[in-house]
Amino acid sequence: MRLARTHVLVGVDDEARLAGVDAVLAALREAVSQFDLAGEVQVVETGSLGISGHGVVIAVQPDGVYYAGVTPGDAREIAEEHLLKGRPVARLRLPTTAPVARPAEVLGRQTRLVLANCGVIDPERIEEYIAVGGYEALGRAVTEMTPEDVIEAVKKAGLRGRGGAGFPTGIKWSAVRTASDPERYVVCNADEGEPGTFKDRLILEGDPHKLLEGMAIAGYAVGAHIGIIYIRGEYALSIARIERAIADAEALGILGERVFETDFSFRVEVRPGAGAYVCGEETSLLESLEGKRGWPRIRPPYPVTHGLWGKPTVVNNVETLANVPDILRRGPAWYRTLGTPTCPGTKVYTVLGHVRYPGLVEVEMGTTLRTLIYELGGGLLPSRSLKGVLVGGAAGAFLPPRELDARLDFDSLAERAAALGSGAVLVMDESACIVDMLGSVLRFFRHESCGQCTPCRSGTEVLVRLISTLQTGQADETTLAQLIQIVDAMRVASLCPLGQSVALPVRTALAGFQDEFATHLAGRPCPPCAATARALGWAPR
Amino acid sequence: MNKEQTAKDAIVARHPRSPEALLSLLHDLQTANARNHLTADDLTLAASHVGVPLSVVRDAATFYSMFSLVPRGQHIIRLCESPNCHLAGAWSALDELRRLLGVEVGETTADGLFTLELTSCLGACGVAPVMMIDDEVVGNLTPERVRGALARYRRGR
Repeated sequence: MRLARTHVLVGVDDEARLAGVDAVLAALREAVSQFDLAGEVQVVETGSLGISGHGVVIAVQPDGVYYAGVTPGDAREIAEEHLLKGRPVARLRLPTTAPVARPAEVLGRQTRLVLANCGVIDPERIEEYIAVGGYEALGRAVTEMTPEDVIEAVKKAGLRGRGGAGFPTGIKWSAVRTASDPERYVVCNADEGEPGTFKDRLILEGDPHKLLEGMAIAGYAVGAHIGIIYIRGEYALSIARIERAIADAEALGILGERVFETDFSFRVEVRPGAGAYVCGEETSLLESLEGKRGWPRIRPPYPVTHGLWGKPTVVNNVETLANVPDILRRGPAWYRTLGTPTCPGTKVYTVLGHVRYPGLVEVEMGTTLRTLIYELGGGLLPSRSLKGVLVGGAAGAFLPPRELDARLDFDSLAERAAALGSGAVLVMDESACIVDMLGSVLRFFRHESCGQCTPCRSGTEVLVRLISTLQTGQADETTLAQLIQIVDAMRVASLCPLGQSVALPVRTALAGFQDEFATHLAGRPCPPCAATARALGWAPR
Repeated sequence: MNKEQTAKDAIVARHPRSPEALLSLLHDLQTANARNHLTADDLTLAASHVGVPLSVVRDAATFYSMFSLVPRGQHIIRLCESPNCHLAGAWSALDELRRLLGVEVGETTADGLFTLELTSCLGACGVAPVMMIDDEVVGNLTPERVRGALARYRRGR
């Protein structure tokens, strides 16, 4: 990082763009030069600062002052008052009474490992990543460690896949390493599609080099020379940022031929998806990479032996790979000081819905749902009460308030018959209707069912029909039993996790919110259900 | 026609001649068409370039939601209806879109400017409810914001 007295970090993401961040950046730079501060103050464009719902957010460091809703017209005042005279502009600061309003403190309660650099360094400057210790782990791996050492370190750290399943990463790598075919691939799953999730996008946009470093280390460990990042087609900025990062790393000899002047070569390619949730399932993703429709493959064989083009392939989620550099740099023992014994490390969550402070947070594994919602999410809006939480996205579990002390890690949630999934936490206050929300989940699955296997293709269709009868007051006493019957059949008979996982939201909603279903069965649809019926043309509009 | 042919050839030439290039190639061919769709000629061209049967190309082109084989509007509006946007009030945005565009979901306006679609989560949940107009994310949707965005595109962005 260039030495400057003060850094003005401007978070650039889609939200900031639509709030006019480009004009704010231009105005800030102009104001800085106008007050002759260019030598001491640097305006840095970074990825999202992790604060949602506040328009253009900027941070002035090292002062730790956050401004929200910044417009071009505010630039002059910020430059003159704060940057020149050292008096923060009170009217733009995030208010100080609510947790929403104290992002520095909220950030303080987080353990930022994967997101450590997001919003801190300029993601478009590789020098800044290197300045904070970036690519040190890769350098050490290829010059001082054997591939087996690397795998051993990842195993010792106990890293588990952050895409949802929680499979031990070291075991996956080891299986590819020992596969007989010498042609191998590392595939990064950046087809982030679980509703309510955008953590991978923040990593791709805010710290693309960390992902590339993790991928190259994976490549070295398993003996692959090509890495492919499959990014969903809608993530235009992510694709641009990661392509830029690859070009910069190749120019410095960190990626491409002879990494750090060793015999190890590793090239990374980016491929866009084209809109299909099922491609987040690893075998569908591989089919898609081969240029075909994304239909899941029958397993076994697994991708570790028969993956891309039938070759041994590691498929890892973005967040998983972004954990790897720190594990090597700081050691497995340090990594194990975070999280729980069976789920070490941190997890990135998107806390959304009816909370005061929606956005992305990173905390240690095993943090309770209550902490996430009431401390990091700032709690509910005044005089609202909690109805429930959808944890893990559409393929997640509806949890009632009595589950607030659930610990969020793979094993604790499995004990409660829930799942961590992608880390989406959707908070609903009493204005929400669980039946209506389940309807939205089921329409999502109907739309995204790939059509290959009958249980899922027909099952999702029937489920949407059943829930619509509940939502329009036309259900009968057999409806709930039918819902259960269908999802149980789908759980055992569907080909891939998409169809199998529908049982989770349906069963947890029915178990945790019986009263809500009972009133709908009695033929008294609520306002949210009525709105849905109207919007979808189920009743006269 | 000839000019269009040359433009398409130039697009195709940017992609490797292997099946893995298919989706990227289809994205580029579709973007090059004013009506945001893939023509029968595009599919044939793609099949011969990447070296797979036409049936495989059709298979992919009909599977992914970002591709269309029928002409669409100049701008594609995709409103998210996944749980988070649903909770945040996607229906009132949908009502306003229907009212202003005079079309139902899946239809294109008479002037050929907009096609209205519903989509699964766009990964921009921090600003729910959200829609994308082409590559632009438009969030925190209220009827006013919907009106503003449409007016902007009607004026040529």
